[in-house]
Amino acid sequence: MAVRFLLDGEVVELPAPDPTGTLLETLRGPLRRTGTKEGCAEGDCGACTVLLGEADGGRVAWRAVNACILFLPMVHGKAVMTVESLAPDGRLNPLQSCMAMNGSSQCGFCTPGFVMSLHGRAIGALGCELPVADAIAGNLCRCTGYGPILAAGEAVQSLAQDDAAALAGLSGLTGDAIVDGVFQGRQWFAPRSSSDLVDVLAAHPDARIVAGATDVGLWVTKGLRDLDCLVFIGDVADLKTIDETAEGVRLGAGVRYAEAHGALARLHPDLGELVRRIGGLQVRSSATVCGNIANGSPIGDGPPALIALGAELTLRSAAGRRTMPLEDYFLDYGKQDRRAAEFVESVFVPRPVEGAMVHIFKLSRRFDSDISSVLGAFALTVEGGMIAAARVAFGGMAATPRRASACEAALVGQPFSEATIAAAAEALKRDFIPLSDVRGTAAYRIEAAAALLWRLWHREQGAGVSVLDVEPC
Amino acid sequence: MAPRDFDTNPLWPDAAMPAPAHDSAHLHVAGLARYVDDEPELPGTLHLAFGLSSEARARIVSIDLAAVRAFPGVVAVYTAADIPGENNVGPIAHDDRVLADGEVVSHGQPVFLVTAETRAAARKAARLGKVTYEPLEPAITVEAARAAGSRIEADQRMARGDAGQALAGAQHRFAGSLRIGAQDHFYLEGQVAHARPGEDGQIHVVSSSQHPSEVQHLVAHLLGRPSADVTVEVRRMGGAFGGKESQAALFAAAAALVVHRTGRPAKFRCDRDDDMIVTGKRHDFEVDYEVGHDGAGRLSAVKLRFGGRCGATMDLSPSINDRTMFHADNCYFLPDVEIVSERLKTNTVSATAFRGFGGPQGMLAIERVCDHVAARLGLDALDVRVRNLYGPGRDVTPYGMKLEDNIAPQMIARLRETSRYEARGEAIAAFNAGSRVLKKGIALTPVKFGISFTTKHLNQAGALVHVYADGSIQANHGGTEMGQGLHIKIAQIVADVFGVGVDAVRITATRTDKVPNTSATAASSGADLNGMAAWRAAMAIRARMADFLAAVFGCAAEDVQFSAGGVVAGEARLSFAEAARKAWMGRISLSSTGFYATPEIEYDRATHRGRPFYYFAYGAAVSEVVVDTLTGEHKVLAVDILHDVGRSLNPAIDRGQIQGGFVQGQGWLTTEVVEWDAKGRLLNHSPATYKVPTASDRPKRMRIDLWDGDNVKPTIHRSKAVGEPPLMLANSVFCAISAAIAAIAPEVRDLPKLDAPATPEAVLRAIAGMRA
Repeated sequence: MAVRFLLDGEVVELPAPDPTGTLLETLRGPLRRTGTKEGCAEGDCGACTVLLGEADGGRVAWRAVNACILFLPMVHGKAVMTVESLAPDGRLNPLQSCMAMNGSSQCGFCTPGFVMSLHGRAIGALGCELPVADAIAGNLCRCTGYGPILAAGEAVQSLAQDDAAALAGLSGLTGDAIVDGVFQGRQWFAPRSSSDLVDVLAAHPDARIVAGATDVGLWVTKGLRDLDCLVFIGDVADLKTIDETAEGVRLGAGVRYAEAHGALARLHPDLGELVRRIGGLQVRSSATVCGNIANGSPIGDGPPALIALGAELTLRSAAGRRTMPLEDYFLDYGKQDRRAAEFVESVFVPRPVEGAMVHIFKLSRRFDSDISSVLGAFALTVEGGMIAAARVAFGGMAATPRRASACEAALVGQPFSEATIAAAAEALKRDFIPLSDVRGTAAYRIEAAAALLWRLWHREQGAGVSVLDVEPC
Repeated sequence: MAPRDFDTNPLWPDAAMPAPAHDSAHLHVAGLARYVDDEPELPGTLHLAFGLSSEARARIVSIDLAAVRAFPGVVAVYTAADIPGENNVGPIAHDDRVLADGEVVSHGQPVFLVTAETRAAARKAARLGKVTYEPLEPAITVEAARAAGSRIEADQRMARGDAGQALAGAQHRFAGSLRIGAQDHFYLEGQVAHARPGEDGQIHVVSSSQHPSEVQHLVAHLLGRPSADVTVEVRRMGGAFGGKESQAALFAAAAALVVHRTGRPAKFRCDRDDDMIVTGKRHDFEVDYEVGHDGAGRLSAVKLRFGGRCGATMDLSPSINDRTMFHADNCYFLPDVEIVSERLKTNTVSATAFRGFGGPQGMLAIERVCDHVAARLGLDALDVRVRNLYGPGRDVTPYGMKLEDNIAPQMIARLRETSRYEARGEAIAAFNAGSRVLKKGIALTPVKFGISFTTKHLNQAGALVHVYADGSIQANHGGTEMGQGLHIKIAQIVADVFGVGVDAVRITATRTDKVPNTSATAASSGADLNGMAAWRAAMAIRARMADFLAAVFGCAAEDVQFSAGGVVAGEARLSFAEAARKAWMGRISLSSTGFYATPEIEYDRATHRGRPFYYFAYGAAVSEVVVDTLTGEHKVLAVDILHDVGRSLNPAIDRGQIQGGFVQGQGWLTTEVVEWDAKGRLLNHSPATYKVPTASDRPKRMRIDLWDGDNVKPTIHRSKAVGEPPLMLANSVFCAISAAIAAIAPEVRDLPKLDAPATPEAVLRAIAGMRA
């Protein structure tokens, strides 16, 4: 089977490529599109940023992605836009002109990636409503200090994009699904419906499920692992639903972080702020919320917040569906309650009740595009000055994201007071014996976790608690 | 306009041309600027990967490469025994092995080299080597190396007067210490080299290197060939920052070895994690100080001890640590002073050049001393700084060089005013009084950075300029382009000589067969050295053209003018192209080399006295930060910079260097952590765990002004070097964070015990110390 995608209106056909080869390798190698760079091969620097487009009604929905960790069959049936696409006749587009004139490039190696991120924002790609700095949080520049790049993004807020050719080309590619392919000895499945997914997994219970590949991609580019059987769920139409109701939000397994951002932010602004700080936009435009759960990271910025909000996880297999509180899914380090041939189908996040105290705090060395040292999430119900209910969850404090039961016990039934906070902070030491690692020592984690309880307290008193909210004198 | 004599100072025209953008900007934004890995590969190109040491220090007992060789796609595997010439890529001491020979001295050191048909095959196969080690006791930390007496060279001492006696007699006296972390360059383009065979044993290497001549010489020695058989070419680097001064040679040498052994082209594009593990970083330091001062905060005696982690080999560590000593005074007069520098040899990757080259660490130490004095006396730190500045009668450095260009006092005074330092200090005090969790801090720190290689013979440069018969111009010089805008500055200088537009000058790739025996593009010297060499080359051609045109048109050579309106010779007026064509028809040589060697510099390393620098570049910055005293998080809110570039060759390029350097320095002092575990394994070897600043880390408000004075020395157009000095402006961030921490306990007359980088964890530790 061949992988086919659209590049500047032309169909590119790659007969039987290695399905774990990346889009970047193909662009830079056989396609000679060397404008797209490899800076890290792990989705952390953005030098390889390209736009990926899919037909969405009468338009093309574009999103910025890191080509370095995108498996080639994941672009099958889609349109790809690279930096070379922007000036086909050698005339720079207004964004490129602005960046060339204002000093946005020095060494120039990161520049194509920035161009693509800002171009995506200007043509209405996924996440385009974000401020410029957020649109380029997944792009690293080591030379400029970012000033001119930010200025260029501010100066060129929108650009016309003629998608007619891409739309026509994409319609020509529809119906050309890879449902079951064997490439160079590796199996690649791309079911179109969840029932097909059930069947594929029933037949291949050991298949590796891939949604955005922002994690599994690194197993190949960094771990140099051989993955011989993969199931790509990004084309499963009925897993892409966002069901937003008065009760809460249900996200299908195919819903990417950037797509869920609005709905999650409407559940609570802290959740929106957390999503803003999960990876860069390229990562959030590929990575799914359920994938972030399914892979069982001990930090996993999404899960502790969702646990505190009382989220429920639904798993599915040929044997039917199972629903469980999200915290029950995480059994131990690297071990989750997912059975053979089972997949995470959706997560439901209930809407916080009116008046609930919800606070979600992420601590990391760098504010953007960094993994938490500690993530604390709190949902308290306070009635008549007394804490009636408390859900407290942490990431980065144990082998899994999990609830702080001693802390919760120290809160529930107590007055919402400094003394109670102090007791609850003390109780955290019974909940967690964190490890020291590259993101923080155990001592820092314990101290910072307690500090987050105090941040909750001071914030509820109306004090300024976030350095991100402060203006210069 | 008379042709300017070569030995008189060229001066930028008063009506300076508008600053053109980077010469490659239009290519950068279109993805059309070619880097080493973008060049099409020749058929049969081989790809390379190193097998790395798993031990920090060990004797190699055996190497079993059977599984590596058997891996599909592998063509050959090499060890040290396969190197025909000298197994070395060390720039000074010949102690950096391309491939380990009998022993390994750091974790991640290359042990064997895999050559395969694809990069993936080379990388996978490289993990299959079975090396048996007999582990030896490593020295990983500064303390361990000190205890073991492990040094790359003897301790160095720079002193004036008797610091010990002056300390004893000081009105106030105290001691302190500071740890300063290392920094990875994190150039976006990783290390890469591409070598191709030529005829008769010649070899052509395309390298991402700041030092093509050194790569040429090392490759020649490696292969046992004369330098004339090796050509090294560098069009551009995707960032370097010192990390490709000596470190690029390893990859070029490996590729050249494969070409030599196989006769096939070979490319080594290093994986990012391997790059970070295998190549050197900025030195980390442990600094101890003893200080004597009076009641007004004026320093009378200072003893500084710098323990620098140099890693396993010498690399450039002697010069780097010297520069730490040279900058331990910064802008301050230290009457009785002793600076001791220990160059500790550890079993970690060899530390190397990084923008500032040891200077930032020396400078940060003395800024902390100033802060410490101010804290103990309850004075404003800026007042203490100002009282200690060099000035009339207090203008000789610890190494005996008299300052001739000290503008730090004026610059600080102006910045103090334009940044509203006093008013903001009051506003910050009010903010802190009303804020329980968040505290602000502000600091103004100056920069004085010595310009010249402190190794005298490196202060030379060559250039080669061609004028073609159609009036177009090619300029080539020994400097390399890493994004700093060197090529556009050279093009401007050459264009100005001929009175043509900058577009008429094509700068070509740096090549060892065009300009030989060049120095690294380093020490901020690129435009100073190569700019003057290129100017002289262009002036030589212009003088020949002027003589010829004067004879043709019957005027004096002095009356032949080259300007934007064209060439005027007596009554005749020609376009530059016409003039060039006429000169060619008249059999005039339109090609010339140019050469420059920095005058006046002299230094005696045995006594650490002399004049190591031609001049100094100055700057000052005010940073305002806010710190979360619960979690240690912090944010840089506003930065005001006043920086000295002399008469700017290109203000747009210089501003780029200033703000980029500042943010890079900010990263060094805040988010960028380099740690080795007890076994000497680097813990931060990818952008997942090594955090350079992102766009949102840029200060919310950033104002940059250029100082409006010329260089007092006759440099090219009276400009000043700008590559490194701005990085040290970020010392103000660190000092401001410290000030914000101190605001939690104003009654404590002590300096927060803050180490660099000021991660949230380090800040929280310092806060705990203040509360203890």
